Amino acid sequence: MRIETAETLKEYAASLRDGRPGGLRFRVLVSMGTCGIAAGTTPVLEALREEISARGLGESVEVVETGCMGLCHSEPTVEVEDLGSGTSRLFGNLDVSQAASLADMVSGSPGALVPMVRDWYYPEFESNERGCSQARIVLRNSGRIQPERIDEYILVDGYQALARAITSMTPAEVIGVIRASGLRGRGGGGFPTGTKWQFAAERTSDEKYVICNADEGDPGAFMDRAVLEGDPHSVLEAMAIAGYAIGSRNGIIYIRAEYPLAIHRLEVAIAQAREKGLLGDRLLGTDFGFDIELKYGAGAFVCGEETALIHSIEGKRGEPTFKPPFPAIAGLWGKPTIVNNVETFANVCAILRRGAEWFRGIGTEKSPGTKVFALAGKISRVGLIEVPMGMPLRQIIFGVGGGIRDGKEFKAVQTGGPSGGCIRPDYLDTPIDYETLRALGSMMGSGGMIVMDEDDCMVNVAKFFLEFTLDESCGKCTPCRVGNKRLHEMLEAICNGKATAETLSKLRTLALIVKDTSLCGLGQTSPNPVLSTLQYFAEEYRAHVEEKRCPAGVCARLITYVITDKCVGCTLCARNCPVGCISGERREQHSIDQDACIKCGVCYETCKFHAIEKR
Amino acid sequence: MACSACAAPASLLEAFPEKRAALEAYLSSLPIGDDRERNRGLLIQSLHRAQGLFGYLPEEVQRLVADRLRLHLSEVYGVVSFYSFFTDKPVGRYRINVCMGTACFVRGAGKVLDEFKRYLSVGEGETTPDGKFTLGALRCVGACSLAPVVMVNGFVHGNVTPKRVADIIEQCD
Amino acid sequence: MVHLTINGLPVSVEDDATILQAARTLGIRIPTLCHFELDCFEVEHRMGSCRVCVVEVQGRPNLAPACCTPVAPGMVVQTNSIRATNARRTVLDLILSDHPKECLTCPINGSCELQALAGNLKLTRVNYEGEMSHYPMDVSSESIVRNLDKCIMCRRCETACNDMQTVGILSGVRRGFEVVVAPTMEKPLSETKCVFCGQCVAACPTGALTAVVRVDDVWAALNDESKRVIVQTAPAVRVALGEGFDLDPGTISTGKMVTALRRLGFEGVFDTDFAADLTIMEEATEFIERLHKGENLPILTSCCPGWVKFFEHQFPDLIYMPSSAKSPQQMFGAVAKTYYARKMGIDPKDLVVVSAMPCLCKKYEASRKEFGRDGYRDVDIVISTRELIYMLNEAGIVFQQLEEGRFDDPLGESTGAGVIFGASGGVVEAALRTAADWLTGEDLPRVDFAAVRGMQGTKEATVTIGDLDVRAAVVSGLGNARRLLERIRAGTADYHIIEIMACPGGCINGGGQPFIHGNTDILEKRMEAIYRADAGLPVRKSHQNPSIQKLYREFLGEPGSERARELLHTGYTPRQNI
Ligand SMILES: Cc1cc2nc3c(=O)[nH]c(=O)nc-3n(C[C@H](O)[C@H](O)[C@H](O)COP(=O)(O)O)c2cc1C
Ligand code: SF4
Ligand code: SF4
Ligand code: SF4
Ligand code: SF4
Ligand code: SF4
Ligand code: SF4
Ligand code: SF4
Ligand code: SF4
Ligand code: FES
Ligand code: FES
Ligand code: FES
Repeated sequence: MRIETAETLKEYAASLRDGRPGGLRFRVLVSMGTCGIAAGTTPVLEALREEISARGLGESVEVVETGCMGLCHSEPTVEVEDLGSGTSRLFGNLDVSQAASLADMVSGSPGALVPMVRDWYYPEFESNERGCSQARIVLRNSGRIQPERIDEYILVDGYQALARAITSMTPAEVIGVIRASGLRGRGGGGFPTGTKWQFAAERTSDEKYVICNADEGDPGAFMDRAVLEGDPHSVLEAMAIAGYAIGSRNGIIYIRAEYPLAIHRLEVAIAQAREKGLLGDRLLGTDFGFDIELKYGAGAFVCGEETALIHSIEGKRGEPTFKPPFPAIAGLWGKPTIVNNVETFANVCAILRRGAEWFRGIGTEKSPGTKVFALAGKISRVGLIEVPMGMPLRQIIFGVGGGIRDGKEFKAVQTGGPSGGCIRPDYLDTPIDYETLRALGSMMGSGGMIVMDEDDCMVNVAKFFLEFTLDESCGKCTPCRVGNKRLHEMLEAICNGKATAETLSKLRTLALIVKDTSLCGLGQTSPNPVLSTLQYFAEEYRAHVEEKRCPAGVCARLITYVITDKCVGCTLCARNCPVGCISGERREQHSIDQDACIKCGVCYETCKFHAIEKR
Repeated sequence: MACSACAAPASLLEAFPEKRAALEAYLSSLPIGDDRERNRGLLIQSLHRAQGLFGYLPEEVQRLVADRLRLHLSEVYGVVSFYSFFTDKPVGRYRINVCMGTACFVRGAGKVLDEFKRYLSVGEGETTPDGKFTLGALRCVGACSLAPVVMVNGFVHGNVTPKRVADIIEQCD
Repeated sequence: MVHLTINGLPVSVEDDATILQAARTLGIRIPTLCHFELDCFEVEHRMGSCRVCVVEVQGRPNLAPACCTPVAPGMVVQTNSIRATNARRTVLDLILSDHPKECLTCPINGSCELQALAGNLKLTRVNYEGEMSHYPMDVSSESIVRNLDKCIMCRRCETACNDMQTVGILSGVRRGFEVVVAPTMEKPLSETKCVFCGQCVAACPTGALTAVVRVDDVWAALNDESKRVIVQTAPAVRVALGEGFDLDPGTISTGKMVTALRRLGFEGVFDTDFAADLTIMEEATEFIERLHKGENLPILTSCCPGWVKFFEHQFPDLIYMPSSAKSPQQMFGAVAKTYYARKMGIDPKDLVVVSAMPCLCKKYEASRKEFGRDGYRDVDIVISTRELIYMLNEAGIVFQQLEEGRFDDPLGESTGAGVIFGASGGVVEAALRTAADWLTGEDLPRVDFAAVRGMQGTKEATVTIGDLDVRAAVVSGLGNARRLLERIRAGTADYHIIEIMACPGGCINGGGQPFIHGNTDILEKRMEAIYRADAGLPVRKSHQNPSIQKLYREFLGEPGSERARELLHTGYTPRQNI
């Protein structure tokens, strides 16, 4: 059924609200993002469904499969909404056996499960009275609606922003609001979104394109996936608004093929939006038409770079080209094109609904709004968080993130993915936004935050990122193709104990030149992990080079495993050594054949008597 | 190119007429025109479809796609070889991919990958001679909370340690 | 106009100029490697990938590549700041760190752009040594050697092959440090639809793509007592050879060339132009025949083997259109090994025919299996203009000092019509000169058809011959050929005769000519020299060549006779589009 006017959209939303079955008392939201499914949510969901139907609760309880709630550390996760009281409770780390308790709860009995504390608020319709550190704008619907049902999106004011834009605002006014909001690109660069739209709007052209960059290549970042899986319509709606603003009727979402569930949900969402007349010709009775097509990536990080992305859509090798011309002037098929990140788009509808001032009230002056971060690594509460810009790193890691796992010592946090840098504990009080991170030699990037502890070797981490760059460089320009190779070789030499003091100075010089001369953002930032570790962890480099020692005990060539006299001869290590290089009689001290040892560390981890030492 | 080891048929297209038909039908459904540039825009999705059908993209399949889109085979090959998702070599029945994303890396994925390499005696991107396993690495499947993560034909194993490698391989059958 | 300053000097340039172009107007040289332009063919390769041209632009966080950064009002550029020069040296260092430094034994020692750059920057050692890329050499073809260890990924060859020629066999393969430019599916060149035009070789700044060199074989033949060795020289060689000896581009060195070849020891020094006249006899006959019958029109010329191979692979449906006449090189070979050998009492198996050609494809052409009989080849060894220069240098011949010589008889006499085969438009012009006389039965005074001359890729002319308006088209460069052929396929091209040459501008720009390194003025001068040579000859119509008339009288009979068909005509084979 098509929705023909903005009025009917309002009426339709209201009818959905009133149309809820009278007997419905509870909604049970089950987090079914890729991560939730991987953590084993499906059996919990099935068990829950069985319990509910077995108890005949079908009328009063609705089980909703939502996208990701961001609580990776507590998957499988379920939220129970009590429609009567308007309250809701969150439960984490569930297993099949707890389905019954959940069912108890929605049958009215108190239930034996202990709920988790929700530490975020929804700025659009809640004020932060409870002093929550997180604020959800981008993730406002993710985990709260069933993404495969457009009606659920319409229920939460979906498509109202689009309706307002195209029926009561001029394109210039739309751009005006976005500019005034100060929204900056969340894809990493932080370029003002309104300005980008303005450039494209000023061009006259028979065709223009709105591209959503859903390539999300940074390893350790998964917020775009979460948005697309959990709230796909918010991106579709925002793209249509962007189309109206710049005068384009063609939208394209470039999504990485590694995200099958997000692709599926987008396909469903696009089909439903078309059916409702919210995509296609003559939206809501206006002359404005907009449609969206999906294009798939094929495993190339560099295709996140906008010119490479455009080439990829054009069916070419994903090699970036020099800018200018910028895509806003000559992009896809040579036509004016805007490329925006998923998270950027996910902010747009909220801004249009609540206004630029409201948005500016959150975050910092130069970087208004929130930022979604993916916390991973050695942190206790792994997951997706959304916090106002300007929050100090310490609060993110030790507050929201719950500190370091297993009581270890915090060593560094890596932000900005392969383009970013490693930040040392003494900078933890920096309030983060685009500029402060850059000043620390790192980047906002797409918002991955990898936390490292005392067991991580920073030289090895730098090497890891360069390996990534080597794999993902398109190979077009000399500094990135050959320069990064050389940087990597030098880091290998350092990790293998073959480096000299000269290596260190060459490493730094070359890293700076690769940054200065590379063609695209990949090469211009790929030395950042090297430079920042060189700057902040110089001691560690020196230990590798001068003392041939890896302080964190990671670099295999620089460590040996030795069995000490604490050994009781239990043979456990010998039985577990994958290459069988540990020998010794039962109840006698064992020894390791150092030539055969592959330094896998299995013995070290297996020995219950801490008889094996790393040297 | 008949390979005696795995007794692959001489021509994949001949051996699987129904897959060929499916690919041709897909290609026929595309808005292919005289403008080579625009046709090229259909290339990557066509390759996805073709690889989905045949499992990999041998020369004859790339040629079929090239001919239908009126592109040079060299361009198609240039694209296939650029994107790590595409492969022109047959893959094993079990595709083992160790996540080497940052989160998995700092939690020890490197050692897991090494152990797979050692256990299967193949390198990254290689297939065991019996055609059973193809070992690979990928970057972040977004299940970082379960790091290190190993995907076997789309099934995610979480919190993998080198010790569990043998188990995972044994489970394949 | 945009005003900016470079190294403190003010300069005003066109709005769409680059920093590189602006610097040039000030006499400031910025080194380049990947950048490649052929003005007169509108080829512009702005990769911005080698990064040796980086300069400092005030207010920009990163260095900017001069070759593709557009100027902007008020821009302040420093080309030689310490930051820029350090970066440039380091980039060169990186290139060399992945490059075999074998200049002394490199086929393009002395004409390599990378070598020249290293010479200019005077890098005294490579700081960042490390792993080098290594690929097997591709020596599969008769024409081109690929040694990708020396490739610097400038991708100029790709632009030449894919954009200019639209042959489309080169592509970047893989990525990162493993990236390389390779033919289709990384096959050997000989297994692809490469037409061996050699435009990629001409574009390559390094020794990664070079010609197959047959100099040693020529020396061996010349020193083999049992062999009788003769040579033919193509029209475009004489207007470019002098460049190898520091003569001005556009110098006509026919006489010195003949003397030089005789000094090398060839017992007959002949002219491919003679065979070009012969080609006209056969082709014009075929053309008139088709005109009379009104079928199979337009007739397409067939004297360029690159173009022949192109349609065999990519337009097999039009295979009936080209004339069946062989190219001049192969006509020469066939006549030399039959008529000439018989006349001189030589067993054709003992006669070695060497060709000096502007072309790399002629090497391949000579090896096509149909060109020979009774176990011998019609043309035995083909060398390019560049190889001829190597030989003369090796033989210690001081070219400038040579006296003017004359070609030998009977295969040395030629007309102006034969000479102009060397430039795009020449074949059609020569054919029209003869066809017009034949159709009207007169000796018409008009010999110049200016409309088909010049560097443009596509030219047309309508020539009134008697009561017939003959519509002719001339294209050079296979990209232009493709566009015309597509029109023919679509039925929207209405011509009687079409000349097609694979190389843009014709053979004067062949893949075997001295390198022009992007300076297309040199091509203009070569072309102009061709028409000067034509104008200076007493006889300018092929059918009036006395030696040709004698050849028909003594040996071939009539044009199109059975013997002529056997020796001077050929057929074409559809080939795979790979
Ligand atoms: C190597 C490289 C990878 C990138 N990857 C992504 C990506 O995965 N997702 C993204 O949105 N932007 C990515 N970007 C940034 C884009 O080029 C572009 O700036 C961004 O999509 C613009 O959107 P925004 O203004 O909304 O941030 C990448 C940039 C570079 C240089
Ligand atoms: S910097 Fe790297 S990824 Fe970017 S163009 Fe150069 S080689 Fe390609
Ligand atoms: S480190 Fe690994 S290989 Fe070495 S002894 Fe221990 S278990 Fe064996
Ligand atoms: S596991 Fe520990 S105690 Fe047991 S044999 Fe090995 S080193 Fe000795
Ligand atoms: S390609 Fe150039 S630089 Fe390289 S070895 Fe040959 S002459 Fe020297
Ligand atoms: S330039 Fe140097 S390396 Fe080359 S031949 Fe002369 S001395 Fe030898
Ligand atoms: S010789 Fe001609 S056809 Fe062959 S690769 Fe070079 S440019 Fe292409
Ligand atoms: S082969 Fe030559 S022209 Fe082609 S990319 Fe390599 S160096 Fe450049
Ligand atoms: S145009 Fe001349 S030089 Fe070029 S391929 Fe043809 S015959 Fe050879
Ligand atoms: S819960 Fe989905 S990303 Fe973790
Ligand atoms: S880094 Fe392995 S799943 Fe994200
Ligand atoms: S010449 Fe400018 S980047 Fe190569």
